[in-house]
Amino acid sequence: MGFKSYCFKKSLWVFHFGGASCNNCDIEILDCLTPRHDLERFGILLVGSIRHADVLLVNGSINHHDRERLIEIYNQAPKPILVVAIGACGCTGGLFAESITFAGPVDKVIPVDAYIPGCPPKPEAIIAGIVKLVNK
Amino acid sequence: MAADLFYFLVFPGLLFVGITGGFLSWFDRKVTARVQFRKGPPVLQPFYDFFKLLLVKETILPKHGSPVTFLLAPVFSVFGATMAGVFILLPLFNITTGFRGDLIVVFYLLTIPSFSYIIGALASGNPLAAVGGSREVKLILSYELTFLLVITGIIMKCGQQFEIDSIIKVQQASSPFIGSVSGVLLFVVAIFCIQAKLALVPFDMPEAETEITEGIFIEYSGTAYAFIKLTKYIMLFILPSLIVAVLLGGFRLDGINILWSMLKVLGIVLLLTLIRNTNPRIRIKQAVRFFIIWMNLIAVIALVLITFGY
Repeated sequence: MGFKSYCFKKSLWVFHFGGASCNNCDIEILDCLTPRHDLERFGILLVGSIRHADVLLVNGSINHHDRERLIEIYNQAPKPILVVAIGACGCTGGLFAESITFAGPVDKVIPVDAYIPGCPPKPEAIIAGIVKLVNK
Repeated sequence: MAADLFYFLVFPGLLFVGITGGFLSWFDRKVTARVQFRKGPPVLQPFYDFFKLLLVKETILPKHGSPVTFLLAPVFSVFGATMAGVFILLPLFNITTGFRGDLIVVFYLLTIPSFSYIIGALASGNPLAAVGGSREVKLILSYELTFLLVITGIIMKCGQQFEIDSIIKVQQASSPFIGSVSGVLLFVVAIFCIQAKLALVPFDMPEAETEITEGIFIEYSGTAYAFIKLTKYIMLFILPSLIVAVLLGGFRLDGINILWSMLKVLGIVLLLTLIRNTNPRIRIKQAVRFFIIWMNLIAVIALVLITFGY
């Protein structure tokens, strides 16, 4: 493993994109960053601007409005960027897969590097997904 | 010439202040984590962040705005911070004695990073960056006068001497300036000025993450943001060093005193971190009032006490 990719894996900064979510996944993502699970020990930080991000976390079902914004956000991100789809809605569409406002799961819109299923996924599952992403 | 380049680039210049500042940044994050009952990042985390931004990430230029100014601003901020660091640390490590009036030069050099941030933010053409830039201007207008009063107080205390070297010598001959009433007042004011200069939490409205999403740095990515991070590391080291030099009696570099000198810097960084972790962000209006009225009042009281010899 080269020096560059080692530094990249040790310092993943996360930007959180919430689609039309029921907010359960958002709460679980915040749980990862709070004292009990503390993802900062792996160098993972939540950043405010997409220009600083290395990982784009997407949760919630993507409807037609979200679709344009998600593509816009993805184009604004500095490459290389990893995309993680969180929750049943982000991975497959879940409950909303048959809805008329649904515009496809995340991987129909932008390329996805990791899927973390669950409704909502536990913080342990999110950490397991991130570890697999880092070791890929 | 070669010696000057060595001073600027290696010791006590860019390399030394960058590495020390990186470790201090880790210390800051670790203390923050411990205050919040978290575990905190590994020791080399600031360096991973820096090299990731420098080597891996793409730098995006603004479409509407001036790309050259946008890219030059972080370079100037690193230059200003390093130059100030060299002029503070050369007398502090007793390498050279500096020149006449270097305290004033350091005062001006320390404002270069803030001005570069403003210029870079306004060159990016982003409205949130413009909001951050205007807040940074207001913050500078409020704390610079207070910081100047602190420096005036120090110059008055050591008998009208403008060199950092002679200020340290005066303190080491008798006792550190913080041992008097006026010294304590000046120390309190100086700590708040540093807090605002570093844009740490009670005064972090220029880069409020949750409100204007990093404000002045919103458009920076990749290498340019790496330089801004480097400036932040350097400033986190040299501003506490300046306080140690002018109020706490400077460094002594013999035997066990090295440890004591390091503890002084670490203690000031710890104080800044604890202030940052126990306070909410205030509005820009409150910050201006805090500095213009209260901090200036305390500084003027300190100046009056100095004239009466306390």
